[in-house]
Amino acid sequence: MEWNKEELDAITRQVLAQIDTENFGEEGAYNLRYNGTAICHGDTEHIKIKRKTDRQGIDVYISGETRGEQVHIPVVLAVPGMTDIVYNDFYIEEGADVTIVAGCGIHNAGCDNARHDGIHAFHVGKNANVRYEEKHYGEGEGTGEKILNPVTEIELEEGAVFTLDTAQIRGVDSTVRKTKVTMKENSRLYVTERLMTHDAQTAVSDIDVEMNGSGTNAQIISRSVAKGTSKQNFHPRAIGNAACHAHIQCDSIIMEHAQVASIPEIDARHVDAAIIHEAAIGRINDEQIMKLRTLGLTEEEAENVIIENFLQ
Amino acid sequence: MLQVENLTYKVMENGKEVTLLRDISFDVKDGEMLVITGPNGGGKSTLARVLMGIVPASGGKILLDGTDLTQMSPDERAKAGIGYAFQQPPVFKGMTVERLLNLAAGKELSEKTCCTLLSNVGLCAKEYLKREVDATLSGGERKRIEIATVLAKQHKLCIFDEPEAGIDLWSFSMLVKQFEQIHEAKDQSLILISHQERIIQMADRILIINDAEVERCGDRDEMLPVLFEDQPSCTCMKERSED
Repeated sequence: MEWNKEELDAITRQVLAQIDTENFGEEGAYNLRYNGTAICHGDTEHIKIKRKTDRQGIDVYISGETRGEQVHIPVVLAVPGMTDIVYNDFYIEEGADVTIVAGCGIHNAGCDNARHDGIHAFHVGKNANVRYEEKHYGEGEGTGEKILNPVTEIELEEGAVFTLDTAQIRGVDSTVRKTKVTMKENSRLYVTERLMTHDAQTAVSDIDVEMNGSGTNAQIISRSVAKGTSKQNFHPRAIGNAACHAHIQCDSIIMEHAQVASIPEIDARHVDAAIIHEAAIGRINDEQIMKLRTLGLTEEEAENVIIENFLQ
Repeated sequence: MLQVENLTYKVMENGKEVTLLRDISFDVKDGEMLVITGPNGGGKSTLARVLMGIVPASGGKILLDGTDLTQMSPDERAKAGIGYAFQQPPVFKGMTVERLLNLAAGKELSEKTCCTLLSNVGLCAKEYLKREVDATLSGGERKRIEIATVLAKQHKLCIFDEPEAGIDLWSFSMLVKQFEQIHEAKDQSLILISHQERIIQMADRILIINDAEVERCGDRDEMLPVLFEDQPSCTCMKERSED
């Protein structure tokens, strides 16, 4: 399908720049979903994107020949009052090496809520290596909420490696994130979740990891900043059904009148399951602020630098 | 350069006023190295923190090139030309060593410059650039990175609070070389708070702080015998107060 990025309106381009890299549509396969419709897509020799016929969404087929390619599947929602539910399935063949760049940005200038639920399922073949990047972002002066409820289901075959890098940048009023991962022998999972809430926003993140094969290894790192009167609730859960290693680390900075609940759960069901969790919630350390002020930063600049780096 | 006049710092402890610095006066000339020494708990680090504005003075004046800094915030003092190395630097989760050096320099430094700054404080540079300034670094490593942040920028006056603390002997020698080079260049003044004989011997002048006061201040040649040959200064003070 022929299309020109310059034809997109300014708001869409602005939102895209927040959730995807500048080179969207210029390399690799892509699919842009705009206000509930896929408006353009492109395939490559190894990556084919097909629109679902039974419901909203796409099937992405990534061949085992894929080496270092990217797939971009951003979503932009700019209609107040719209609820967009989309089902995307990814079939990644044995041995493939791919980066999938997803993300959703909502621009809401109205008084009705705008909501996107992205339900993604990844079927990752043996020894495949997948990096999945997902950014969520909200903007617009309207009083309607910007709501994002992603569901991510990942099945890892033997020896597969999955890196999940998610970030909620700012402006999302409400999010409920559900992530479920099942892992077979010698598969590896790396999850990095970064989240910032402000004003009266709410965020819930549940991550369930089931390590069913021996030699599985999972690392879940969650970093968040809660400002204003926002509320966050984290519940990462690692279940070891075999000889495996897992490490869960949740760190949060709490500011102003925010609330953060962090409830890591580790569940060993095998004598050789080694699972560790760490969780910490605290305010910005005064000494950190003071150190940066001795470098010439104002208090506000110092606070911003600390948050920015913490979430990087 | 720096003039400190009748500097006082008081705090309230359990409803009672406690004086941590009492009428401290001294000066530091352009390009001069002043070493502040004295017994633990005497007020040296408190003096450094008051000079940098980390805690506010209760009385007196701090002038830098004639400008009154006494009411200025730490960032204003930094912009006025003071660099400060903490005795116990904080950790920053998520911030790389390279980023911290760039912030300290006030500009983007090349990788080569960052590496040189770290090498100069005894760190094998490339290994550290992308590491986070967090608890995975040892106290000694963090301390050397802290010193590198001050060396990342040209200041009028650099204050180092016990730079030798937690640093191994090899790195300490490199650090001493750094101080010697700054001192020889004469384009930055130095205040070093230290108990280390090798650092004290580098000083142009030595100030002894004890029991919240200046006990004695003088040129190196005058002060070294006082420090290393006479009785310990804390004993002098004790005897004096008993008289």
